Amino acid sequence: MTTKAAIRAEGERLLAAFVQAGAVPVETDLLQPAETLLDLYGEDIRARAYVTDDPVRGEMMLRPDFTVPVVQAHMAHGADPARYAYLGEVFRKQDRKSGRASEYLQAGYEVFDRNAPEVADAEVFALFRDLLAGLNLRPVTGDIGILMAAVRGLETSDRRKAALLRHVWRPAKFKSLLDRFAGRAPVPGGRLRLLDRLKAGSPLQLIEEAGTFVGLRSPEEIVARADGLVADAEAPPIKAMEAALLYDLLSLESPAAHALAHLRGITPMLPAIGPAVDRFAARLDALAAKGVDVATLAFEASHGRTALEYYDGFVFSFLADGMPPVASGGRYDALTAVLGAGAFIPAVGGVIRPELVARLKGAKP
Amino acid sequence: MIRIGVPSKGRLMQDTFDWFGARGLTMRRTGNDREYAGAVEGIEGVGLVLLSAGEIPRELAAGRIHLGVTGSDLVGEHLGLDADEVQELKRLGFGHADLILAVPSVWIDVETVDDLDAAAAGFRAAHGHRLRIATKYHRLVRDFLQAQGVADYQLVDSQGATEGTVKNGTAEAIADITSSGETLRANHLRILSDGLIHSSEAVLWASRVADWTPEDRAVMARLAGMLGVPVPG
Repeated sequence: MTTKAAIRAEGERLLAAFVQAGAVPVETDLLQPAETLLDLYGEDIRARAYVTDDPVRGEMMLRPDFTVPVVQAHMAHGADPARYAYLGEVFRKQDRKSGRASEYLQAGYEVFDRNAPEVADAEVFALFRDLLAGLNLRPVTGDIGILMAAVRGLETSDRRKAALLRHVWRPAKFKSLLDRFAGRAPVPGGRLRLLDRLKAGSPLQLIEEAGTFVGLRSPEEIVARADGLVADAEAPPIKAMEAALLYDLLSLESPAAHALAHLRGITPMLPAIGPAVDRFAARLDALAAKGVDVATLAFEASHGRTALEYYDGFVFSFLADGMPPVASGGRYDALTAVLGAGAFIPAVGGVIRPELVARLKGAKP
Repeated sequence: MIRIGVPSKGRLMQDTFDWFGARGLTMRRTGNDREYAGAVEGIEGVGLVLLSAGEIPRELAAGRIHLGVTGSDLVGEHLGLDADEVQELKRLGFGHADLILAVPSVWIDVETVDDLDAAAAGFRAAHGHRLRIATKYHRLVRDFLQAQGVADYQLVDSQGATEGTVKNGTAEAIADITSSGETLRANHLRILSDGLIHSSEAVLWASRVADWTPEDRAVMARLAGMLGVPVPG
């Protein structure tokens, strides 16, 4: 059994190393306004986070992660560029049978820097690698930015692209949409019935016939979507070759250097991923410069898609068998725009779980 | 003494009494009408506890009652459909009610849960807040919508008159128990074609947490024989 004191000491060691690397230590509140997190992550977060009620401040959540409050603090009054480090508890409800801790320490490091994002990616990854050296962890990397670029580059309607991008972090839903848009899955019965009904008249007329109008969603919104559905039904499926490339990309898992060669190979057929592949190449160069062997580094194009965070570029984890990820992180440029009220800064960071590090160290002879 | 929790009033209580009565166990309320006390005849060693149907899941999970009759919706909502604390002994064939998802009838562009998801994206963009779904079944509804990949919605609590929330402007859609569709229609709402979240029914549950003494187990074996249910394991 790893004692709390040993875990705390491990956390302090990591925090000191982050500060040594140039980060400013920051503290955040344990109680976070629920509304911000709910708007960001949706109701699903309620199943994962502890929600409590305050008569004055409204619904509050026990801090489920540090990224949001750290980004908020930075966007409000941060230096530019900036590096932050933190150490503290996070709280997550766990499945009955998972046996996972619902309260644990996280030590984190976040970089807000407009220059050379790929170098910042490599900086975070290499720092984590060094701090976790000797624990025999398996690093896995990914890049959600390539997938998003591929979707944006599809020869299909903006409506379909937006639907796919909105569900990038929900792989099952993403796949069912892609199957449908690519003509690989039949149009569901419910949609066929709906299209049939929409043929019976103009949308406004149909709304009129449907009865008393109730609710905040306006007739204009309803008409716009109804028109969109009819247009979508007439739109051709995503071309077989484009779809095949996207399916291929979703399942791409190989050593990073090999993945780059593969992506270079398909870029002529999917030119929109070119800039994202260039960034991937620049990152591998930056990683190699930090002594990472990119010929063996694991790369999975779908890695990080189910994570809580809104990662939209580089993602990484350090894994050990039989426990949650020991460390994980990634790039979340879009999140800074969402929380920055118009302002934006590229950002990358990650967290380490001191408890797991201490446990792995304790297990060694 | 095996303590069995039974809904303390209404149709559910009467149906439960009838179900046990048909199997040789007479349950009845004792004392005056306002006093929630009861008795079981036909077997020794079983005590009746009259409770609000909504409290029976909690009492089972706490082990304060050994057996309980209540809707599968209430156990799913309070304990989760995969709860370890309780074991389903028998579906009793009454108390049927469906938890459904309904939207305004005038939403001619919304037929399925997928449509609701797409409408939610558009709604949020147009109104600046997530599409509100009124319900008192937060957990069942959230688990259902999460499994279907629905985003950009928010659950707002409604403990009663839920069908009226859309008309009153406090929600865009609802998730509620409906035995008939009449109240929905009267409130200008329509059920999504794949909007059945949970099909509820009265169930006889056993607590895995309660203290089952050897005497209790002996009584339970006899009781199980009378009721035609498995012995809890």
